[in-house]
Amino acid sequence: MTSSTHLLKGATLPSGAVADILVQDGRIMSAALGTSAPAGTTVVDAEGLVALPGLVDLHTHLREPGFEQSETVLTGTRAAAAGGFTAVFAMANTQPVADTAGVVEQVQALGRAAGYATVRPIGAVTVGLAGERLSEIGAMAQSRAGVRVFSDDGKCVHDSLLMRRALEYVKTFDGVIAQHAQDPRLTENAQMNEGALSSELGLKGWPAVAEESIIARDVLLAEHVGARLHICHLSTAGSVDVVRWAKARGVQVTAEATPHHLLLTEELIRSYDARYKVNPPLRRDEDVQALREGVADGTIDIIATDHAPHPRESKECEWDAAAFGMVGLESALPVVQTALVDTGLLDWAGVARVLSTAPARIGRLDDHSHSFEDGAPANITLVDPAASSSFALDRLHGRSTNTPYEGVTLSGSVRWTFHHGYPTLRDGVLAPAGDTAEGMR
Amino acid sequence: MRHLLSTRDLTRDQAIHILDVAEDMADVQTREVKKLPTLRGKTVVNLFFEDSTRTRISFEAAAKRLSADVITFSAKGSSVSKGESLKDTAQTLAAMGADGVVIRHHASGAPQVLAQSDWIDAGVVNAGDGTHEHPTQALLDAFTMRRRLHPGSSRGKDLDGVRVVIVGDILHSRVARSNLWLLRTLGAEVTFVAPATLVPFGVGSWPAAVSFDLDETLRSIRPDVLMMLRIQSERMNAAYFPNAREYARQWGLDDERLTALGPDSIVMHPGPMNRGLEISAAAADSAQSTVLEQVANGVSIRMAVLYLLLSGEREALA
Repeated sequence: MTSSTHLLKGATLPSGAVADILVQDGRIMSAALGTSAPAGTTVVDAEGLVALPGLVDLHTHLREPGFEQSETVLTGTRAAAAGGFTAVFAMANTQPVADTAGVVEQVQALGRAAGYATVRPIGAVTVGLAGERLSEIGAMAQSRAGVRVFSDDGKCVHDSLLMRRALEYVKTFDGVIAQHAQDPRLTENAQMNEGALSSELGLKGWPAVAEESIIARDVLLAEHVGARLHICHLSTAGSVDVVRWAKARGVQVTAEATPHHLLLTEELIRSYDARYKVNPPLRRDEDVQALREGVADGTIDIIATDHAPHPRESKECEWDAAAFGMVGLESALPVVQTALVDTGLLDWAGVARVLSTAPARIGRLDDHSHSFEDGAPANITLVDPAASSSFALDRLHGRSTNTPYEGVTLSGSVRWTFHHGYPTLRDGVLAPAGDTAEGMR
Repeated sequence: MRHLLSTRDLTRDQAIHILDVAEDMADVQTREVKKLPTLRGKTVVNLFFEDSTRTRISFEAAAKRLSADVITFSAKGSSVSKGESLKDTAQTLAAMGADGVVIRHHASGAPQVLAQSDWIDAGVVNAGDGTHEHPTQALLDAFTMRRRLHPGSSRGKDLDGVRVVIVGDILHSRVARSNLWLLRTLGAEVTFVAPATLVPFGVGSWPAAVSFDLDETLRSIRPDVLMMLRIQSERMNAAYFPNAREYARQWGLDDERLTALGPDSIVMHPGPMNRGLEISAAAADSAQSTVLEQVANGVSIRMAVLYLLLSGEREALA
C-alpha cells in the first residue's frame, strides 16, 4: 500500500503559480508554497511538472459488456489512468447496448470495482441504437449511475422528429444529447474524407457536408426547443463555422474535437494502413487548422479521445474491411501539447479547461471538482511538459494497440495521476490492479 | 521492379521499358512455338476476389507462355467466402511457395496492403483493385496506341502529344485512373468526358481536362484515341443518370459520332462491351476499333510484367 498522504512539491498550477500540494484522505488540504507535510507523507518532487485538474474524457469506448476482446472497463480505465484521466464517460455502443438502467449500473459498478478512474456511463438515445424509439432515458437518469449524457455515438440520430423529441425529453433530467453528426445516406459505405485524394485512392468519399448538415439542423432544433446539445468529434472547418454561428445566436451547444483530428490528416491514408481509418475520417490540413483555431477561440469547448479499441485482426486487413477507430487515452495529452500548447494556441489553463473542467461541466460530473482549492477532491494529473519522445506501443495499457502514433514524436509525459487522492499512476508506473480498488475504499 | 501496384509511380523510362519488353513478347507470339522457358519452376498464383474471367485467363496465358506453374485461387466457393482474411489467404499461398501473386480485389489498396505486409514475400501484380487502379490494362492500352501510331517502329517511343479522350464512368473506373497516370507520364493529353455525376470529386487537381459534352469534345479536341468505358447497370439504380437511353444519346459512341471521328482515330474499349449502350455495333466492329488487339496485347504486356517481376531482371527496375 502507498501512503494516503502525498505532498506534490513545487508543482506548477495551470495559472502558472508554483505550489506545494498536500493531498490527504482524498482531498487537497493545501496548495500553497511552503506547505509542510505531516509525518509519513510521501513527497513527490514535482518541480518542473504541471499540475492539472484530473483529466475528464467525455467520449470513451470501454467495450464492456460485449466486446471484451477489445477492451474491458478495467483495462480501459488503466489506460485512462496512464493518460492522466481520472474520469471517463463510457459510450453506450456495447452489447447489450447501454439503453437500460441495468446496463448502465453494471458498467458503473465495474468502474468502481476497478478503481482506476470514475466511470460515468453514457445512455443510448434510442433503443439498441436503432434510431427508432427513445430508450428509457428517465430510468437511466434516475438509476444509481445517474446518467446525464445520452448518445447513439457510432450512429447518428438522423430522424429529425426523434432528435427533436430527444432534445426536449432530456431537459427533464438536466441531460444532454451528444450527437454523432453523420448523415447516413450521404455516407453509405464511405471510407475516407471526400476529396481529390479519395478519388485518386479509389476509396468511397465521406463528404464534409454529411457532418455539417446534421450539425446545422441540430443547432436549429436545440434553439427551437431550448435544449442543451453537444456535438461529438467535429472534423471539418465547416462544422467549426456552423457551431461558431450557433453560439453567436445563443444556442446552448457545446462542441468536441478529438486529438487525432487536431494532428493527423488524410494524407496518411496513401499507405492504405487501416490504423488511420476512423469515424469521422481524417480530413485536410485546412480542417486541422480550423479545428485548432476553434479550440483556441472557445468555439470548441472540449477535447475528448473517442478512444476506440479494436483487436488486431480488425486492422490487419484491406482498408474497406477494417474497423473504424483508434485508441487515444494515453496519447491524448501529448497530442494536445504537441498540437496546441507547443504551437502557442493554448496555455495550460486552456488545457485544464478543455480536458477537465469543461467536459466535467457538460457531463454534470459534480463530485469530481476541478480546482486546487483547499478541501477539493484530489483529482490531479502531473505532466512533464519538457519530455519529448517517439510514441511507442509500450505506452499503451489497454487491451488493444490500434494507435496511429507509433513512431511519432510527441511532447509531454504524464507522470502521476491522483484519483480522489489515490495515486493510480506513480512516476509513470500504473498502480497494481487490486490496490486501486482497495485504495478507493 | 518488386511489385506492380499502380501506374502512378512508374517513371517514363520504366514504362517504356515494360512496353519494349512487351514488344519482345509479342514477337514470340508470332512464332510457331509461343512458349518461353524463362519462368520454369516458378509459381504464379492468380488470386481473384472478384470475378473477371477475361483478366484471369489473360494472366494465365501469359504465365503459361513463360513456362510458370499457374494456380488459380478464386474467392467464390473458397474459404474466403467463409470469412478467411486476406492475411490468412496470403500466408497460405506463401506456405505453398508462390513466387508471384496476381491479385484482383474489390477493395481499393488491397494489393498494396499485401505488398507492404510481411505475410508473403512474393512479387505482387495488381490486376485491378476496387476503384483504384488496373495498371496492366493501362499498359496494354498504351502499347496498343503506340503500335497503331507507329506501325512497325514503336520500340522506344512515348506518346508525346497524343490526344486521348476517355468517355464514361470515370468515377468508378480504375481503368481511367491507371490510364490517366500512365498516359501523362508518356506525354499524352487526356480529356475525360462524362455526366457530372460520374466525374470524380476533386478532379480539378488532376492532370486531365474534363468535359460533359461528347460532341463538342470530338469537334474541338479531334482525338487520336477515343476510349469508351463500360457502363454498369447498377449505376442507373443509384441515380447517377436517369436511364440507358439517355446515357447512350448523350455519351454513347453511335454511328454518327463514329463518322465524325474520322478514319485515322482509333476506338478503344477495355471490354466487356455493352453494344448499343456505350458503343454501337458498327463502332465496335469498325476498322478503327482496337478491341481485339487490346486482348492480344494484354497477354504480351502481362508476360512482360511477370518476366520483369519474377525473372533474374527482378531488381533491374527497382
